[in-house]
Amino acid sequence: MSKHRLLFAKTGRAIYISHLDLMRTFQRAFLRAGLHLRHSEGFNPHPIMAFALPLSVGTTSVCELLDFDLLSEPMPEDVVSRLNAALPEGVSVLQAYDSSRKFAEIKWVCVSARLEYDKGLPKDVMARLRAFFAREEVIVPKKTKKGMTDFNITPCIGAFDIRSQSDCELIFEARLSAQNPTLNPALLIQALEIHESELAPDFAAFTRLELLDVELQTFR
Amino acid sequence: MALCFPDTYEIGMSNIGLRILYSIANEMPGVWCERVFAPWGDMEEEMRRAGIPLYALESGDPVSMFDIIAFSLGYEMAYTSVLNMLDLAGVPLRAADRTALTPLVIAGGTCAYNPEPMADFIDLFIVGEGEEVNSELIAVYTEARDKGLSKEEFLRRAAQIPGIYVPSLYTVSYKEDGTIASISPWDGAPYPVLKRIAEDFEKAPYPVQTIIPSTEIVHDRTALELFRGCMRGCRFCQAGFAYRPVRARSAQLLTQQAKEALEFSGYDEMTLASLSTSDYRQLGPLCDALLEYCTPRKVSLSLPSLRADNFSVELMEKVQAVRKTGLTFAPEAGSQRLRDVINKNVTEEDLIETCKIAFEGGWSAVKLYFMLGLPTETDEDVLAIAELSEKVLQTWKKHAKNKSRGVRITVSTSCFVPKPHTPFQWASQVPMEEYRRRVELLRGAIKSRAITYNWHHPETSYIEAVLSRGDRRLGAVLERVQKNGAKLDAWEEYFSFDRWMEAFSALDIDPDFYAGRKRDENEIFPWSVTSVGVTHAFFRKEWEAAHQGVISPDCRVSCTGCGAASLLKGGGRCDE
Repeated sequence: MSKHRLLFAKTGRAIYISHLDLMRTFQRAFLRAGLHLRHSEGFNPHPIMAFALPLSVGTTSVCELLDFDLLSEPMPEDVVSRLNAALPEGVSVLQAYDSSRKFAEIKWVCVSARLEYDKGLPKDVMARLRAFFAREEVIVPKKTKKGMTDFNITPCIGAFDIRSQSDCELIFEARLSAQNPTLNPALLIQALEIHESELAPDFAAFTRLELLDVELQTFR
Repeated sequence: MALCFPDTYEIGMSNIGLRILYSIANEMPGVWCERVFAPWGDMEEEMRRAGIPLYALESGDPVSMFDIIAFSLGYEMAYTSVLNMLDLAGVPLRAADRTALTPLVIAGGTCAYNPEPMADFIDLFIVGEGEEVNSELIAVYTEARDKGLSKEEFLRRAAQIPGIYVPSLYTVSYKEDGTIASISPWDGAPYPVLKRIAEDFEKAPYPVQTIIPSTEIVHDRTALELFRGCMRGCRFCQAGFAYRPVRARSAQLLTQQAKEALEFSGYDEMTLASLSTSDYRQLGPLCDALLEYCTPRKVSLSLPSLRADNFSVELMEKVQAVRKTGLTFAPEAGSQRLRDVINKNVTEEDLIETCKIAFEGGWSAVKLYFMLGLPTETDEDVLAIAELSEKVLQTWKKHAKNKSRGVRITVSTSCFVPKPHTPFQWASQVPMEEYRRRVELLRGAIKSRAITYNWHHPETSYIEAVLSRGDRRLGAVLERVQKNGAKLDAWEEYFSFDRWMEAFSALDIDPDFYAGRKRDENEIFPWSVTSVGVTHAFFRKEWEAAHQGVISPDCRVSCTGCGAASLLKGGGRCDE
């Protein structure tokens, strides 16, 4: 069945809006835009709305997806402008369209990380980082429902590239496993802190750039 | 103007008063008003480490750069946050140390009815509702600033605006026993300062276009203000006297405001705000009109502050057609005798009958709120709380439709704090040890496992009792506890009883003098400098009636001549 889908960006100060708060923000924005969401049936009706991959607080994204159902069909043509007028600064809808593809088909997420080294870049940092993330096995502890387990992150890194941005900044771009298993990009930094603390940045800021399917094609 | 709320964003943004005053100020030509909240401890630590002073939310400009820094004082335990916010802003705490006209530090809110503990720090207080007086004050301020007047000259002028209290224009002298000998105004400052009200509530501004937080706040919904004031006259309740006379909005206007506010905000939840929802005359028609709008749009409506009567349950049935959340009642005291003392006109029959209808209607959770330590309370009164909750349980057993779901009865007790401008302003608070004994007595008397008993710890209530009836000498205590790290004292995470006791002892101030002392009939109170419009004679009559266990009628049954009607033009009639 075809669903309505939004492609939206979360940038600037809006990156500090949590996932749950973002759901409420969108619910209100739909109403303010005069778009009535279909509600679930049952004891405690709630608006039908689903985000593709929850985004961590503090992460920027230009490729967020949100599915929704409207009470009246078809979807008006001016959904994008109406929603953007109702959304807070930093959350902006880029496209609204119908799609029948399931979020489960998302396999990869392309992420860019800005790594800041307050005291300047460590010696040979790029070569050492390349070697580190090319290892067969990099284990980090990961919290699961059953408790802490050892998690090998390298199979979840599809490809990566590193370039220097300035004397104290690197850009690390990587294609990471989006689901089954999910690799939170923060774990890349945690891995450095555990295994190569000299290479660990003082601060890291992440941006989600693109979602890909198993064929490495853009997922929409 | 920096409108500061001395608590977190989530609490402050839930305050209707702040939203009203914010919108009024921003609609004034030449005025730019921003919001400021207290950062949580971790944020404050980072700000202090990085040398970032307290800033206003809209522009990020430092608070110290604003012309007027205005605080909303709703709760005594927020006083330390006010000082901490000034400190974080880099603004000298004491009014005397701020010699220039800017920044001017002002405060208003319920606590301004006893402004004295904060008198050392605040340049002027707004006594009463700010809708009209704020604009008058800003106009006088703007003129003073443009003319380059001194702070002293401005304050003398401001003191002539009705409802403005300038502490530096009053000298307080004390008797040997520590009580007040006299309060002397200078330079024609008024005594007492009579509170201001928004007289025509139908015309009073209600912001339908408000800021919608992107993060969840405590009251994350549209709130409609039905009326100000309360006709009940519960003798412990400061709001019940401080907000007199009753002024209501029409159901027609409220319905209009509800639609506009919901459409603007996109909220799917709305609540009715007032001191006693059941007393709104047009509540039935209002709810019908609101439901007609809300139900098809899946907007849920909540009705707090309902009285325990049949009408309330019928209304709840209508409003909560699908989801039956818990019912909450506040009998305040367990025995009829004590409920008569406090003039809480709820009978056991009312409560049990209401519970019966509710249980028959499918509700299975009831919360009951009580106070311990009310004047004249005996062990019998305490035990009566257990008996009353047991009766509620028996009512469930007899009348519940579906017993398989079980029942949850929650009994909560707080520790009574005597408040200024109430008939109990003369009362002593029971000592903390005695309160704990009564808690244990009640705990032992509640036998059923279906009844959960929660009680407040008395330490906060004790400090609150000291501050709420405190005088100017407490300024030194507030200053000391702030220096020793006090802030956000309403939060358990930050409240430190020992820090307060250390300050009292270091400054040789006896907190029991404020919390535990029964006052003489004609004692001059620190808060005698303000008036809520209700007369001393009325409060005293109510104090006497309380001790005889005699109830007073509510305003709708008959006028008790409290004096508040004089606040209306031409001594008009209250809209009770």
